[in-house]
Amino acid sequence: MSEVKIEKLRKSYGPVEVLKDIDLTVENGSFVVLVGPSGCGKSTLLRSIAGLEPVTSGSMTIGGKKVNDLPPAQREIAMVFQSYALYPHMDVYNNMAFGLKFAKTPKADIDARVNEAARILQLEPLLKRRPRELSGGQRQRVAIGRAIVRKPQVFLFDEPLSNLDAALRINTRVEIAKLHKMLKATIVYVTHDQVEAMTLADKIVVMNKGRIEQTGKPLDLYYKPANLFVAGFIGSPAMNFLTATVKQGGVLVLSDGQELKVKLPNSCGPGDAVTLGCRPEHMTLGGSGTFKLNGMIDLIERLGESGFAHVRLPSGQTVIAEVRGDPGTSSGQTATLTFDADHLHLFNAEGQRLD
Amino acid sequence: MRKPASSLVVHAILGLYTALALFPILLVIMNSFKARKAIFGAPLSFPTPSTFSLIGYDKVFGDSKIISYYVNSITVTGGTIFFTLLFGAMAAWALTEYKFRWNTLLALFFSIGIMVPIRLGSVSIIQLVVQMHLINTLSALILVYTAQNLPLAIFILSEFIAQIPKDLREAGRCDGLSEYNIFFHIVLPLIRPAMATVAVFTMIPVWNDLWFPLLLAPTGGKQTITLGIQQFLGQYITDWNAVLSALSTAIIPVLILYVIFSRQLIRGLTSGAVK
Ligand SMILES: Nc1ncnc2c1ncn2[C@@H]1O[C@H](COP(=O)(O)OP(=O)(O)OP(=O)(O)O)[C@@H](O)[C@H]1O
Ligand SMILES: [Mg+2]
Repeated sequence: MSEVKIEKLRKSYGPVEVLKDIDLTVENGSFVVLVGPSGCGKSTLLRSIAGLEPVTSGSMTIGGKKVNDLPPAQREIAMVFQSYALYPHMDVYNNMAFGLKFAKTPKADIDARVNEAARILQLEPLLKRRPRELSGGQRQRVAIGRAIVRKPQVFLFDEPLSNLDAALRINTRVEIAKLHKMLKATIVYVTHDQVEAMTLADKIVVMNKGRIEQTGKPLDLYYKPANLFVAGFIGSPAMNFLTATVKQGGVLVLSDGQELKVKLPNSCGPGDAVTLGCRPEHMTLGGSGTFKLNGMIDLIERLGESGFAHVRLPSGQTVIAEVRGDPGTSSGQTATLTFDADHLHLFNAEGQRLD
Repeated sequence: MRKPASSLVVHAILGLYTALALFPILLVIMNSFKARKAIFGAPLSFPTPSTFSLIGYDKVFGDSKIISYYVNSITVTGGTIFFTLLFGAMAAWALTEYKFRWNTLLALFFSIGIMVPIRLGSVSIIQLVVQMHLINTLSALILVYTAQNLPLAIFILSEFIAQIPKDLREAGRCDGLSEYNIFFHIVLPLIRPAMATVAVFTMIPVWNDLWFPLLLAPTGGKQTITLGIQQFLGQYITDWNAVLSALSTAIIPVLILYVIFSRQLIRGLTSGAVK
């Protein structure tokens, strides 16, 4: 069992509170991805789990054992750093074997484990090379190999792919997914990349300003974001938001005076200010949706098969809609955006989701 | 690529400088192989079969005391290098890696040591050494030289240690290394070029120093070679054969040490240039 359980974790640097009341459970064998804007405390949380950063308060257990006061080595974790952090003065073999040697592992055992890791990661021809003689992708694999050989309870990855180019990133991402299946390892993984998060994770943790905003399965976060922050953070380009007021009889009035009839939850009454959210991929240019918004096209970004139209509404706000194929229109022209009630998200004045 | 003409000029200047620097050394070595008369008669000529003589070397190596002076010098220089590097690197590591209360103050204190010449404290050093009953011992010299060289060593090594990425030390921690093992197995190997630099800076002044051997170990067979040679320099007559031979042989140990360190040194000066 290698469940990681974090309760009421806090971490301050002097007067600055970087982690506030973190509660998180990483189930045995699951792949948890931490996402959030830069500076929100993802690395700090990961380093706290690793034991590289002492926490201010709260409790943390790994595999049922309380680890608050244990040094990194005794937590049975392995960390893969963004910079790889390979030992420059040792060859690939010794980079992987280094920790084991200090753990007094028998020589034959070290050999077996390193060779096994090298086989899995296709590093066998490179065992005698120094890190500086390797490409970025190869270094990354060595860094992962160094983690594997220690047979840790938990793997910690801090943006492991961010130094790789796009093609290699996709490759390595697939490798990591396979590795997770094969080793049935418990993994906590930090990334900036939405696609990485969506494809790899069993569970995504969205963080913001040192707090956890929402935890859930990738698609749950996509379809049912708990609040405005998560709604805006997950998905690319970001969800469009329109402010509206609730009128008598379950009707919403947009800021341009347009009235929308949607199913409103009981919790909101007349006069309440709400925010409507709709993803670009659920808005169409000139389609047959129930709701319509008129505006002027500022720009159409073409990505090949699909693209994004940036449409400026009379209120001055810009809304993004996905276009497929040839939109038959171009920037500077007026356009009508349509969308359906099915894909609308509704948030109250505090930014919490209304269902 | 440089133009051949300008590279010729550069090489000419460097060659001239080398010749200038090597001339006195060559003169010493040349004359150490000549008879006394020839040293004064034709100091600039090479030894010929008629002027060739090994009398200086005979005297130097015939005198068992001189040999022990060599051993003394080597012990003092070697000991100083060892302790300067060991304690210098350890202190530099502590000052850069760990945040503790007097960190900045301590670093400042060490850098003051670079600016104040240790010879200003000679009188108190003698008193201290006498009280510790270390007068006429090599330990006294090693201690004083180590103290003298530590500040600069710490300063240089701190700069290099600060450049080792933090992730590397943390990877070591995750790998289960103790702080000592991180220091000895990750930090030390990575600052080897810097240590070679420090070793060379340390070695030459220590080997050549006359001041502290004269003050702290002038007798009792604990003289260093620079001091030991002085016995051939008299007020009225000087045994030039012996002096020149002793000087010539005194170059060899430093030269060997320099060759050992310089292989690291050159790598140190150029590493970082190419990433
Ligand atoms: N040693 C430190 N002293 C003071 N503040 C720190 C320290 N380390 C990090 N912080 C602060 O803690 C906050 C969280 O940092 P952290 O590195 O965890 O962010 P992150 O989410 O990993 O960001 P990124 O995505 O850019 O890596 C930041 O605001 C940062 O300024
Ligand atoms: Mg980070």
